[in-house]
Amino acid sequence: MPWSTWPGYSPIDATLVLAGVWLLLGVAGLTAARNTAFVARIVFPLGALVGLMMLGNAIAGIVAPVGARELLLGLPDMPFHVRQDALSCVFLALLGGGSFGISLFASGYFREGPGAAPGLLGFQYHVFLASMAGVLIADDAYAFMVAWEVMALSSYFLVVTQHKVPAIQRAGFLYLLIAHVGALGILLSFGVLQQGSSLTFEAMRATSRPAVWASIAYFLALFGCGAKAGLLPLHAWLPEAHPAAPSPVSALMSGVMLKMAVYATLRFSLDLIGGPLWWWGLATLVLGLGTALFGVVFAAVQTDMKRLLAWSSIENLGIAFTGVGLTLLFRGFGLDALAAIALLATLYHCLNHACFKSLLFLATGSVLHATGERNFGKLGGLIHHMPWVAGLALVGTLAIAGLPPLNGFVAEWLLLQVFLFTASVPQPFIDMLVPLGAALLALVAALSAYVMVKFYGVVFLGLPREADLEQARDAGVPERLGLGWLALACVLLGVLPVPVLRYLQVVSAQLLGTTLGGRLDSWWLLSPISAERASYGPVFFLVGLVLVVVITAAVMRRLYRAGERRAAAWDCGFGRLDARMQDTAEGFGQPIRRMFGPLFEIHRTVPSPTDRAPVYAVRIEDPLWNRLYRPLGRLVLWLADLVSTLQRGRVSSYLLYSFLTLIALLILVL
Amino acid sequence: MIVAFTNQLLELAVALLAAPLLLGWVNQCRAWLQNRRAPSLWLPYRNYRKLFHKDAVLAANASPLFRAAPYVVFGSMVVAAAIIPSLGSALPFSRVADAIALVGLFATARMFMALAAMDIGTAFGTLGARREMMIGFLAEPALLMVIFTASLISSSTSLAAISDTLVSRELAIYPSLAFAAIAFLLVLLAENARIPVDNPATHLELTMIHEAMLLEYSARHLALMEWAAALKLFNYAAIGFALFIPWGIAGRDAGLVELLYAAPLLAVKLLCAGAVLALIETLSAKLRIFRAPEFLATAFLFAVLGMLVHLLLGS
Repeated sequence: MPWSTWPGYSPIDATLVLAGVWLLLGVAGLTAARNTAFVARIVFPLGALVGLMMLGNAIAGIVAPVGARELLLGLPDMPFHVRQDALSCVFLALLGGGSFGISLFASGYFREGPGAAPGLLGFQYHVFLASMAGVLIADDAYAFMVAWEVMALSSYFLVVTQHKVPAIQRAGFLYLLIAHVGALGILLSFGVLQQGSSLTFEAMRATSRPAVWASIAYFLALFGCGAKAGLLPLHAWLPEAHPAAPSPVSALMSGVMLKMAVYATLRFSLDLIGGPLWWWGLATLVLGLGTALFGVVFAAVQTDMKRLLAWSSIENLGIAFTGVGLTLLFRGFGLDALAAIALLATLYHCLNHACFKSLLFLATGSVLHATGERNFGKLGGLIHHMPWVAGLALVGTLAIAGLPPLNGFVAEWLLLQVFLFTASVPQPFIDMLVPLGAALLALVAALSAYVMVKFYGVVFLGLPREADLEQARDAGVPERLGLGWLALACVLLGVLPVPVLRYLQVVSAQLLGTTLGGRLDSWWLLSPISAERASYGPVFFLVGLVLVVVITAAVMRRLYRAGERRAAAWDCGFGRLDARMQDTAEGFGQPIRRMFGPLFEIHRTVPSPTDRAPVYAVRIEDPLWNRLYRPLGRLVLWLADLVSTLQRGRVSSYLLYSFLTLIALLILVL
Repeated sequence: MIVAFTNQLLELAVALLAAPLLLGWVNQCRAWLQNRRAPSLWLPYRNYRKLFHKDAVLAANASPLFRAAPYVVFGSMVVAAAIIPSLGSALPFSRVADAIALVGLFATARMFMALAAMDIGTAFGTLGARREMMIGFLAEPALLMVIFTASLISSSTSLAAISDTLVSRELAIYPSLAFAAIAFLLVLLAENARIPVDNPATHLELTMIHEAMLLEYSARHLALMEWAAALKLFNYAAIGFALFIPWGIAGRDAGLVELLYAAPLLAVKLLCAGAVLALIETLSAKLRIFRAPEFLATAFLFAVLGMLVHLLLGS
C-alpha cells in the first residue's frame, strides 16, 4: 500500500483525524441548518469521502503495528486512551466502506420536508459516525462508555427525525430505553473487570480473575451487546426503530451500528476477559441460533418492507452471534485453529451484512421516495419504472439469500464447515447436539431465501398494485452511486474471499494467536482446512456459470434464429388478469403462519358472509411483547408504586423516617 | 490430467444427453405401470427440438429478469452436473465447488425460477413461486443433513472425495447411511416435483407447483426450463448414486478404460432408478399441499437420525 509508507503516517492518528473531520462536517452542517443544497452537495459528499479514506486507512492499519495514544481529552486524571488493533481495523473498514455508500446515497436522499432540518440531521449523522469510530478505538472503559452512549443518543435523535408522529416517538422511546438497559449491562461488566482504580483495557487484559467473575463479566457484556444487536429477548426495539428512521439512517444503524455489538462481544470475550470457557460459547451459540430462527420467521410474515428488513437484521445478527458462539466454544476447548475459522466466518458475515443490508435498506428508501409507500400491499412492478434500483437491489437480494457466488454464501459456507467439526469437541453430548445446529443454520439460510423472494417479488416484480405506481421514477445519480458501491462490494466479497481473509486473519493472529497460514496461499481457491477436506473457488464458479449461460444463449441465437413477440399474459387462458389477483405479502406469509403458528400471536378479523362491507385483517404480534415486556413494565410500575407509598408528601412522615433511621443507626453503632 | 479433463467433458455430455432420456424412461415406465401405451423414449428430445424452432411469446410486461431466468436456471444445472461424480471422481471442476456449493446452486436455480414466476404477476405464477420456495426451505436443510452425514464419514464435503471414500469401504449396511438414504429419497421426490408432493403431469390444476411457475414460458425458454428440470432429476439421481451406491464410479486415479466401464453401469443404475421412481409415483397418491411440510419434516428427521446414529455408533 503506497500510503502506508508515507513518512509520519500512523493509522491510529489518521483515524482520529478522520473522526474529527466527521465531527467538523457535522458542525458545518449545523451552521447552515436550513440550507438543504449546502448539506446535500457539500457536507454529505465530503462525509462520504472521509468514509472512503477511513476504509483505506483501516485496510492499511490491519497490517500495521498496533498503535495506541493517550488523548488530552476526558476528565482530569482520567484521559481517554485509544488503541487500534486489527479487530478495530476490520470494523473501522466496515464503518468506512458502509458509510461511504450510505453517505453518497444520503447526499441525494435528504430533501426539504417535515421533520428535523437537514443541517441538524447532518450533524447528528456525522456525530453518529464519529461515535462509532470512537467505540472501535476506545481503550479504556470511560472512553468506551462515552462513545457508546453518544452512539445511542445520536442514533436516537436520527430515529425520531419525524418527531411529530406519535408512532415514531414511541419507537424512539423504546429504542432509547433498551439501549440504556443494555448500556447498564456493559457498565456493570466493566465494574467487574475493573482492577483498582484503573479503567484502562490494558489493566483489564493484564489481570486474571476467577472463573465465576469472568463468567459474570461475560454474560453482563453479552446482555449489553445483545440489547444493541437485537438478540432475543431484547430485540423488540429493532422492528420499531428501523422503519421509523429515514432510510439512510436505517441502513447505517442496521448495516453498521449493529456490528458494534459484535465488535464489543469479541473485544470483551477474547481480549478483555480472555480465556473464554466453552459453555459461554454454547450459550451464545444457542442464543444466536434461536434469534436467527425467530428473526427469519417473523421476517417472513411482515407486510412492511422496512420491518421485514429489520427482522432480517435480527436474523443476521443471530447468525453472527452463532459464529461468536462457535469461536468461543472452540477456544474454550483449546481448538484454536477451528476457533480461527469460526472467527473469520463471523467477521466475514459482519462485512457481508453491512453491504447487503445497507443496500436493501437504501433501495427501500428509493422506493419510498418514488412511491411514498412502504407497505407491500401497495407496491409491485417497479422493475419497469426503476430499473437501476431494481437491478442493484437484485444483487443484494441474491447475496442476502446466501446464493453462490455472492458474498452471503462465503460466510455461510465457512460457518457450515466449522459446524461439521463440532462433532470433534472433547465433551460428551455436546459433540452430538451442536452439529445439529448446522441443520438449524441451514433452515435459517433457506428461509431467508424465501423471505427475499417475497421481498423482491412483491416490490419489484409483477403488476403494480396501485395506479400511481406508473409514475414512479428511478433514483438520481448520487443514490445510484451509493447503491452501486454496495452492490459492487457484495460481488467482490463474494468472488474474492481469499484476499479478504488474508487481511482478516491478522485478527485471529492477534486474538487467538493462530492464523490459517499456508491455507490461504492460492488466491482463487478457498480451502480453510485442507484441500481434501473442502474447497470453494468462487471466481471459477462464476466463470463456469457465465460461460454456460453465454454458450447456451449463443447456441440459441445462432442455431435456431427463432423470433420473439409480445402478447398478453396467458395465465391458463383466464384472460381477465388484474393486479389484485397476485399473491400479496400476507399470502406469502401464510405457509409460515401455518407452520410456525406457535411462535406468533395472531389476531384475525374475519367477516361474516352477510357483511355489507367485509373487512379481513390479520395482525401478527411478537408473543414476547405480551408475555415478557408488558409484565416487566407492570412490575416496574408496581415497584414504583411501592416506593411512592413512602413518599406521601407529608412533612410529618418524612420526619418519622429520619427519626427511625437515626434510631436504627444508633442501635447499629452501639 | 488429460484423463481428468476427458472425464469432466464426458460427464457434462452424458448429463446433458442422458437427462432427457431418463425423463423419457420414467414416463415410459409410468405408462406401462398404469396400463397406458408408452410414449417414445425420445419424446423429450422431439419436444425440445420443436420448442427451439418456435417463436417465443413473452407476456407484455415481462422484464429482462424473466428472459434471463431460463438461461441462469439451465446454467446452474449444467454447472451442478459438472460437480457431481457420475462416471468418475477425477473432476477438476469439483475443486471449485463442494457439496454445500451444490446445494447453493440448486437454491440459485430455484430462486431465479420463483422470481421469474412472480415477474408476470399472474395468480398461478405467484402461487407456484410461493409453494416452490416453501418446499425449497423445507427440503434444503434435509438435503444438507444428508450430505453432512456422508461428509462426517469421509471427512470431506467434496462430493468426489465422498464417493471415493465410500466406494472403498467394505460392503456392509451402514445404519447412518440407510437413514440418510430414506431422507434423500424423500427430498428427491419433493425437489423434482414428483408425485407425493407435486404432479409432473398436471398443467391446469390448482395443485400444481413446478408447472405453475412455467406457465408463461414458451418456445426456447420453456425448452430450457424443461431441460433444466430433466437435468435436475439426473443430478439428484447422480448424487444418490455417489452417496449410496457408489460402486462403479471410477476413482481418482482411474484411467480411460475404467471410465468406459463406468458408463454402462451408470446406465443400469439409471434404468433401475427410473423404474423405481415410476413405481413410487404409481403407488402413491398426491398429498395435499399442507401435508407436504409433514412429508419433508419426516425427511429432515430421518436425515438428523442418520447423523445422530453416525455420531453415536461411528458407522
